[in-house]
Amino acid sequence: MKEYNLTDSYITDITEKKALSTDNLQVYYGDNHAIFDANLNFPRYKITALIGASGCGKSTFLRCLNRMNDKVARVDGEIMYRNTDINSSKINVYEVRKHIGMVFQRPNPFAKSIKENIIFALKNAGINQKDELEERLEQSLKSAALWDEVKDNLNKSALALSGGQQQRLCIARSIAMKPDILLLDEPASALDPISTSKIEETLQTLKKDYSIIIVTHNLQQASRISDYTAFLHLGHIIEYNSTVNVFTHPKMRPTEDYVSGNFG
Amino acid sequence: MNAKKIDHLATGVIYTLVISVIVILIAILGYILFNGVPDISWHFLTSAAQSFSAGGGIRDQLFNSLYLLILTIIVSLPIGLGAGIYLSEYAPNNWTTELIRTSVEVLSSLPSVVVGLFGYLLFVIKLNLGFSILSGAIALTFFNLPLLTRNIEESLRGVPDLQREAGMSLGLSSWKTTTKIVLPAALPGILTGLILSAGRIFGEAAALIYTAGQSAPTVDYTNWNIFSTTSFLNPMRPAETLAVHIWKVNTESVTPDAHLISSASSAVLIIVILIFNLGARFLGNKLYNKITASK
Repeated sequence: MKEYNLTDSYITDITEKKALSTDNLQVYYGDNHAIFDANLNFPRYKITALIGASGCGKSTFLRCLNRMNDKVARVDGEIMYRNTDINSSKINVYEVRKHIGMVFQRPNPFAKSIKENIIFALKNAGINQKDELEERLEQSLKSAALWDEVKDNLNKSALALSGGQQQRLCIARSIAMKPDILLLDEPASALDPISTSKIEETLQTLKKDYSIIIVTHNLQQASRISDYTAFLHLGHIIEYNSTVNVFTHPKMRPTEDYVSGNFG
Repeated sequence: MNAKKIDHLATGVIYTLVISVIVILIAILGYILFNGVPDISWHFLTSAAQSFSAGGGIRDQLFNSLYLLILTIIVSLPIGLGAGIYLSEYAPNNWTTELIRTSVEVLSSLPSVVVGLFGYLLFVIKLNLGFSILSGAIALTFFNLPLLTRNIEESLRGVPDLQREAGMSLGLSSWKTTTKIVLPAALPGILTGLILSAGRIFGEAAALIYTAGQSAPTVDYTNWNIFSTTSFLNPMRPAETLAVHIWKVNTESVTPDAHLISSASSAVLIIVILIFNLGARFLGNKLYNKITASK
């Protein structure tokens, strides 16, 4: 692997409204320092992609943003959301996760019916009116472009759906909670091209109402759907800029090598 | 020899081994059922045992076995669930947890007669519970708990971590995730383990001889007052179970039809355990389909 100077970086300023920002974020797995000084601002109602080679820390970084690394790794630094540091130990993490939803690499619907998958967490959050539940069920499935395919089978097991449908169900399940921010960890990497393009379309419509941060292996996907892109290498954020600039005029050498395929 | 021949040979050996296991099983089951089933009658199942004359039944023993089983499960299931949930969901990966796991394993290989004698000394004598269903149920809990805990832990671990992450990411607490998502998904496995352990409890004799006792006092099946000494529900009365009855009839009985009674009782015991085992599969599948809403 080529040696790069990891301390140099180009991080653009976000002038738009921010959804979330990290300040000097460090992650340690035991003695292993996995993320170094991450300072990123994520714009509102945009899609931001995190790209980089396997093991560069992009998933680790993403999982910090809704505290999914609690008990897994030590996370130092600040994560500012609505003027609050959500990385503080005093924060109610369950509340954080209601505002910052997450969709995982492999579809993980609950072993329950389609309907129950969506409304289960809602009921747990104290929403009990039948109308409200029905409305959120329909809305979220429509937003995830799944409604037409499942509306007659809402009581069927979610496990009977195809992989792509399951993943859209997981997206629907997240947005039914009406979060502000949606974190997606390679949501399409286990899916076929048709399901992938459906998910991408879904994300394009969702960004009207949600700030989306997506980790992806797929550079074409990043360039197709995202507005901003951050490139990570060995736990360092090397470059952060608008997606067009990252892919056409990369400022840093590692970024240029990575997006042009000369990496490693 | 070429690969094909070796493969044929290995397949042949494996088949022979499997067939011998099945033959042994069928021989034992067939022998017990063949000898016992002809003597099972409604009269045999519903009349009291006789000490000296022929024609006695197993009504009380059969009821005692079932009652003891229910009490044992009532005592051991909550403890097993708690321990299983702790070990699979909460226990940190360190030497204390390993120590607990090893202890559970050691406990599970404890001979049941030792458990019985321990129960006799501690519950019957020291705690003054006497020969009673309660002493028997606690002794059987000791006997049953390790395997039950292990089974619950394994069933919970079998649920993929992705399910836990899904719950967490929706703002559910670990407890809610465990009880509402992981536990239901593991329920078929837990149920199967529970029913299989019920079969073991039902057939256990050695642990009960010194705890639940070897006498079956006449009880009144219409007396529902649990505190009354004549009530069939009184947990403080001694109770000979079916398995103990078989042992006793064969060792010290003076009834002329002892052989018949022990054959028929053995058949009843085997049939009940078979029902448990088949029921476990059926119920497990049914429950899984219901919970996952498939079909």
